[in-house]
Amino acid sequence: MRAFDYHRPATLKEALSLLRKNQDARPLAGGQSLIPALKLRLAGPPALVDLGAIEELRGIRIDSGTLAIGALTRHSEVASSRDVAMSIPALARLADGIGDRQVRNLGTLGGALANNDPAADYPAAVLGLGATITTNKRAIAADKFFTGLYETALRPGEIITSVAFPLPKRAAYVKFRNPASRFAIVGVFVSEGAGTVRVAVTGAANCAFRARAMEKKLASGFTPEAIARIKVPPDGLNSDLHASAEYRAHLITVIAQRAVAAALAGK
Amino acid sequence: MGIAVSMTVNGKAAGADIDPRTLLVHFLRDQLRLTGTHVGCDTGQCGACTVHVNGRAVKACNILTVQAQGAEVVTIEGISRDGELHPMQSAFRDHHGLQCGFCTPGMVMNAIELVQNHPDPSEDTVRAGLEGNFCRCTGYHNIVKAVLAGAAAMKR
Ligand SMILES: Cc1cc2nc3c(=O)[nH]c(=O)nc-3n(C[C@H](O)[C@H](O)[C@H](O)COP(=O)(O)OP(=O)(O)OC[C@H]3O[C@@H](n4cnc5c(N)ncnc54)[C@H](O)[C@@H]3O)c2cc1C
Ligand code: FES
Ligand code: FES
Repeated sequence: MRAFDYHRPATLKEALSLLRKNQDARPLAGGQSLIPALKLRLAGPPALVDLGAIEELRGIRIDSGTLAIGALTRHSEVASSRDVAMSIPALARLADGIGDRQVRNLGTLGGALANNDPAADYPAAVLGLGATITTNKRAIAADKFFTGLYETALRPGEIITSVAFPLPKRAAYVKFRNPASRFAIVGVFVSEGAGTVRVAVTGAANCAFRARAMEKKLASGFTPEAIARIKVPPDGLNSDLHASAEYRAHLITVIAQRAVAAALAGK
Repeated sequence: MGIAVSMTVNGKAAGADIDPRTLLVHFLRDQLRLTGTHVGCDTGQCGACTVHVNGRAVKACNILTVQAQGAEVVTIEGISRDGELHPMQSAFRDHHGLQCGFCTPGMVMNAIELVQNHPDPSEDTVRAGLEGNFCRCTGYHNIVKAVLAGAAAMKR
């Protein structure tokens, strides 16, 4: 690791002022993506602003038809929350399938979204539910947030404070996972809400995206059969040692059907 | 550049002035000489370095020491009582849950917290719960048996 200054502010205000004073400083949440990047010197910020002591960024609440989750809420907390299990069980199960127990005990929602790994799970849920990401400055719609490989709409010094998920009628997430890393080779989150169907795919491209052709078909009939014949073009999809672009394209339709079936079964 | 950290490790106060880059596993092993916590991969994959921070199992090679400021840390050295092995340690011995033993401290620390959260785990829960811990010797079968037996013993 390259040397860095370390700050551990107790309030969001203090954290923001530290980030303002030090343009190249990076926030640190659970560290489950940032610490490996520091070790490999893929990142070498001159300062880290540890958000770990900022209580106002934690917590889970249901109010007026949305589930609001603080940015610093750990994956294990989402996985075991009664409020999440009752309002969006698919989200609890998604969180329970991230990495392993030890990673879930430190990794956070805000960190996962800001990091925007192409194979991460949470981006599929945020996009697949049409969630809103709130920062210290503004509210960002899911459709505007994920902009590219490890890239998001966040500006330097901007901190995610919470995420609001609208409550769907039904939803499910199915992941075809890499057995070694548990990241998604392809993961599909589907939801049916008030007059809308959303299908979000992760793991397949440079960042999560919506499968609009599937959404259209499912809007007129929410069944696995409705999308069985959709052929996803492999152009622009990831090809690596785990799976070719053609295989991923095929998987998207298979996994999307399983996700629709799981949503219908309430699983 | 040094930062003053203090925490409780296995019930005793511990502190030092450290470089903020110091990983928790290096603080425990190199400064406190608690070498029961192993480094298998140093990349957050293998779980050999698992310890408890404020009651949660975490990989000590993937957390900075400064992130554990003020925390209660428990390592494999801190779980026996009055010279008696913790029931999970005894279960690993009784069920041949180890061969070379390198992965064992991390397995035991993760298993204890798993059982604290799932007092009556199924075999599936145990297998899923151990996904972050690699063993290159045993084939896992006896580790799963040991954790199930350890869970039963922890209830008594
Ligand atoms: C072994 C292993 C397996 C994993 N498996 C999976 C998996 O299967 N699926 C999956 O989705 N993920 C997986 N992960 C990644 C894990 O989910 C991380 O926790 C997550 O990607 C990052 O969250 P964090 O809180 O640890 O963020 P950090 O590592 O602390 O930060 C990540 C990035 O986000 C920025 N950041 C953090 N918080 C904020 C904020 N509130 N506002 C703005 N920027 C912020 C940081 O500056 C940094 O750039 C795995 C990780 C490991 C080590
Ligand atoms: S040494 Fe920490 S996970 Fe392998
Ligand atoms: S007993 Fe040798 S690695 Fe597990």
